[in-house]
Amino acid sequence: MENAIKKYWPVFLLPTLAAFIIGFIWPFIWGIYLSFHKFITVSKTTFVGIDNYIKVFQDATFVEAFWFTARFTIVSTILINVLAFALALTLTRGLKGTNAFRTVFFLPNLIGGIVLGYIWQILLNGLLTNLGLPLLALDAKYGFWGLIILMCWQQIGYMMIIYIAGLQNVPGDLIEAASIDGATSFQTLIKVKLPMVMPSVTICTFLTLTNSFKLFDQNLALTGGEPAKASQMLALNIYDTFYARAGAQWKGIGQAKAVVFFLLVISISLIQLYFTRRKEVQQ
Amino acid sequence: MANKTYAAVMANKTYHDGAVSGARRVVDAALIVLLTALCLVWIYPVILILSNSLKLETAISTATVFALPTSETFVGLANYVHGVTKMNFLASFGYSVVITLTSVALIILCCSMCAWYITRVNILASKLMYLLCAFSMVVPFQMVMFTLAKTADTLKLNTPFNICIIYLGFGAGLAVFMFTGFMKSVPLAIEEAAMIDGCNPLQIFFKVVFPILKPTAISTAILETMWVWNDYLLPTLVLDIKKYRTIPMAIQYFRGSYGRVEMGPMMACIMITVIPIIILYLACQKYIIEGVVAGAVKG
Repeated sequence: MENAIKKYWPVFLLPTLAAFIIGFIWPFIWGIYLSFHKFITVSKTTFVGIDNYIKVFQDATFVEAFWFTARFTIVSTILINVLAFALALTLTRGLKGTNAFRTVFFLPNLIGGIVLGYIWQILLNGLLTNLGLPLLALDAKYGFWGLIILMCWQQIGYMMIIYIAGLQNVPGDLIEAASIDGATSFQTLIKVKLPMVMPSVTICTFLTLTNSFKLFDQNLALTGGEPAKASQMLALNIYDTFYARAGAQWKGIGQAKAVVFFLLVISISLIQLYFTRRKEVQQ
Repeated sequence: MANKTYAAVMANKTYHDGAVSGARRVVDAALIVLLTALCLVWIYPVILILSNSLKLETAISTATVFALPTSETFVGLANYVHGVTKMNFLASFGYSVVITLTSVALIILCCSMCAWYITRVNILASKLMYLLCAFSMVVPFQMVMFTLAKTADTLKLNTPFNICIIYLGFGAGLAVFMFTGFMKSVPLAIEEAAMIDGCNPLQIFFKVVFPILKPTAISTAILETMWVWNDYLLPTLVLDIKKYRTIPMAIQYFRGSYGRVEMGPMMACIMITVIPIIILYLACQKYIIEGVVAGAVKG
């Protein structure tokens, strides 16, 4: 049977493979190649070694964007997961109207980043004006917390759904056994439920961590990096380097930034998976 | 007793635990009130846009954004008409629909075939393809955006009809990953029986395998639709923004290019974008939520 299928590779494998090469493999390899070159148009490139990479770390905006992104990622990952887990616990108690609540909380997730950013810009600017405070685009502090609020609003529902699925898989017997043994509900939560939903915790922290770190659309729409790039995150900084800066060297530096960004994302994902996977228990 | 679900046990605790029950009922009532309030906060941003989209242009400013439309400031659907005509919004809507439908259909068809091939044919190329697909899911788009846009230009993939090939390439990672995850649990016996009955691999795939894959196909289609429909950066870099604008592009474009953005029509357009999503979500909520859970577990 295997041999019969094997002959059909032009039908089964080729379309996806060809698109995958065009859409991912070739741009990826070419991107690494270009990060070692200086160029304005891709037809004329000069090899410059690791020069671009040195300039990446000399670029103050990139370093600043890195710290902004790091702070944002830590705060949003913790907030989203704690709140989503709390909501999931409340919505698995068998309350009336659980389905309606779940529906509402998940809704923002389906709205795209650009539209979300714009909606929140209108709301937050209105709020800040009425409180007599500077607008989002004038103070990076508000930009930061605006992004956090937006991200919570968008992601809590999604993570909540995953936590609910995890909690519903905890065997009822286990909870009952704990309560017969005299465990308080807090003890049951920490000693029984939490270890049992560790796979969901792994998934949710992974998703929130990478989503926050790679955030682009929401950043562009909510603050656009204003004021003076102070609320710019890494993804937007890379975009800005490619398309908004004049000068022969910037495209190469932009590509080098992209490679650094890629390496950061990969390392964060691997470290996170290593640490949370260790805490998972065998079911 | 043995098969009691978590939810059943929790519900049971709530209503039949004797002494605890009274206190628990009070807590539950308080929680319901709290959750209802939270839900109102949750939908408030959308309500705010809706209320402003019905107001006179001069009545919209950051200071008055929270005021509801009054008889003087209410303009009915005028903003909607103006927004749709001025932004050529119907064309944008059309492009978004065409791009999303063709891309998702192509992804489901090609990736399910590819996934079946790489699970059933045990060669090095299959393993390599699988690993590369898993790898591509972690790579941030910024890594390839510049070179991808150049490649798309060279290969003339920069029209709303050809861009689906790029979406197939970039969306293949998730789709192949999800399909192979499911394929591994499908027994070979049925396919072998079909083969003995004289089916060729194409017939086996479409008559036997694909129907089994249907639940995974629905989940994958939902995840990919959510991505393609809302995607901003890829179409911005690949398509000519003067000729073709998808909805996210149109919204960002009109904010950036006009000195003073007309807020009323803008908010009307946001509502036109959001309302179909809400309707679609309420209609197939079950599938969407299942799709998200399935995608998360595989990912």
